[in-house]
Amino acid sequence: MIRILKFVIIDILKNKVVIVYTLMLALFSWSAFSLEDNATKGVLTLLNLILLTVPLVSILFSTIYIYNSGEFIELLASHPIKRKKIWNSLFFGLTISLVLAFLLGAGIPIFLFADIGKAVMMLAVGTLITVIFIAIAFFSAIMSRDKAKGIGVSILLWLYFALLFDGLVLFLTFQFSDYPIEKGMVVLAAFSPIDMARILMLLQLDVSAMMGYTGAIFKNFFGTSAGLVISFFILFLWIFIPYRISLSRFKHKNL
Amino acid sequence: MKEAFLVLLLLCNFFESSARSLHVGETKPFPTIKSALLSAQNGDTLFIHPGLYKEGNIVINKSVSLIGIDLPVIDGDHKSEVLTIKADYVSVSGLKIQHSSYATLEDPGGIKIRECKHVTIINNQLLDNFFGIYVEFSRNCFIKNNTIIAHSTAEQEIGNGIHAWKSDSLLIIGNKVRGNRDGIYLEFVTNSVIWRNISTNNLRYGLHFMFSHNDSYISNYFRNNGAGVAVMFTHDLVMMNNTFEDNWGDAAYGLLLKEISDCTLVGNRFVKNTSAIFMDGTNRITVEKNLFQANGWGMKIQANCMDNSINQNNFMANTFDISTNGTLTLNNFDGNYWDKYEGYDLDRNGIGDVPFHPLSLYSVIVEGNPPAMLLFRSFMVTLLDRSEKMLPSLTPENFVDNKPRMRPFAL
Repeated sequence: MIRILKFVIIDILKNKVVIVYTLMLALFSWSAFSLEDNATKGVLTLLNLILLTVPLVSILFSTIYIYNSGEFIELLASHPIKRKKIWNSLFFGLTISLVLAFLLGAGIPIFLFADIGKAVMMLAVGTLITVIFIAIAFFSAIMSRDKAKGIGVSILLWLYFALLFDGLVLFLTFQFSDYPIEKGMVVLAAFSPIDMARILMLLQLDVSAMMGYTGAIFKNFFGTSAGLVISFFILFLWIFIPYRISLSRFKHKNL
Repeated sequence: MKEAFLVLLLLCNFFESSARSLHVGETKPFPTIKSALLSAQNGDTLFIHPGLYKEGNIVINKSVSLIGIDLPVIDGDHKSEVLTIKADYVSVSGLKIQHSSYATLEDPGGIKIRECKHVTIINNQLLDNFFGIYVEFSRNCFIKNNTIIAHSTAEQEIGNGIHAWKSDSLLIIGNKVRGNRDGIYLEFVTNSVIWRNISTNNLRYGLHFMFSHNDSYISNYFRNNGAGVAVMFTHDLVMMNNTFEDNWGDAAYGLLLKEISDCTLVGNRFVKNTSAIFMDGTNRITVEKNLFQANGWGMKIQANCMDNSINQNNFMANTFDISTNGTLTLNNFDGNYWDKYEGYDLDRNGIGDVPFHPLSLYSVIVEGNPPAMLLFRSFMVTLLDRSEKMLPSLTPENFVDNKPRMRPFAL
């Protein structure tokens, strides 16, 4: 497995897209911090950027990479290697290289400019988001044999999590504004990893507004250590569930 | 002429000798404060030596000075009010007064001043009393450098640190008030100055005005109270140079203004409050040269506020600078610095060429629909806010700063 993993990582690095992605993240992060006059505003700008671009790059690159590795996978499958190992090494290869790209690109400026608590949270959240969207890419790539369809599903899923879900939530809050829905909103947040990540990060940044009416409820949940553990657990579920589904499908797939 | 001078000299001498010093203490001529008060005359000074005095309610009805030496302790034993002052020109200093009784009808206090003039309370410590210093129907009293600490957790179990009722011309200076219901409470108190006090960790308000006109509070520090300062049903108040910090919670405000008019709010600092200022039924207020920094909401202005001018303030790193609950705007917001302003200044006169709309669409949405806070700073909301900034449609169009400053004021 280690050998396949090494091969996958080297292959991805040869691709150069990941290097461009690293440079792009670095450029964005440095400019976000040097353009804004205080570090908190820089972190906020960067947060928006990370929550938008990181999922997009992660999901698109991974989906395309999986499709392009079709022949390679077939080749490996013809050898006496367990299918689980093939799929795992593909997953970890993508994870390691994209997470590394994120940490190198965005991590260095974040650690330099933001204070340590915010920086750690930001990187943890960014890393998890990267892995989650790789897992979702695995899920959408295994769903169909057709490359165009798979990539289309990936783009749609990204669009859904980044934009449509929020619109839907906004719509729901207006529809049910006469009811006490604050607690339900906390549960709703668990259905979108991007929202979850954003709220976790905001509790580090906009403390004052979060102490307001609804904020207090979020704070009571996400701000406590138990809430923090639960939120991270849910984010891990977002990695685990799509990947497990794709793995069990891959095991029985007719290549 | 010479004889007249001599008589005057003699008279002076007579008055001087008439003001005696009475020493109270275990080994002193007077073992108790009450016994000393019995034989005291107007103008005498009682020196109270270190010790514990449990004498029930001590009533001072002569114009005397009580001076504590090395902080003697006067204890109400939770059974009675401790010191009751009923005479003019009384001065109390250097005492530690503790454990007054608790009664909701009589409102016992550590020190109660009733219908007096020119009473001076300096350098005392008041610990664990129901009310700390209670002033009623009095004039020209001077309350300075006292420390008032209570440790209650329920509002009904505790009185106010300094409580003044129907009084006039009070000077409340340099006191430290902690853990009471209201730190300083003024009702029907006029022409008074509250200066350099530190009011922290009070359950309700750090400083509370009710129907108290023509007062001013200057250079005070309010931290971590239920709300920093509440001003209600009051006019002609001057609020200057105060600091409002860390007033957290859903109903927590740095400054709560309700039904007030013709007041001045200048040079204050509002830092890290949930809402820095909440204005309800507030008219003709001048809000100038204040700093609003890192608050959840800079100003919450209800639509029933009129003719207020909010100028030359710095709004920095607040989540929302302004929010309101209506569409009517009758206030002036010109010439502030907003860190969210993104306009340009072609003629380089320090004033932005494009008006700034401080009311964001999202603050309007959240005001009407608080759970929408969940989506705060999401891409969707940012998009909505941007498009609203370009073409205001939902937010009131006249909610505008026509002369936004490019650089923060040096405050």
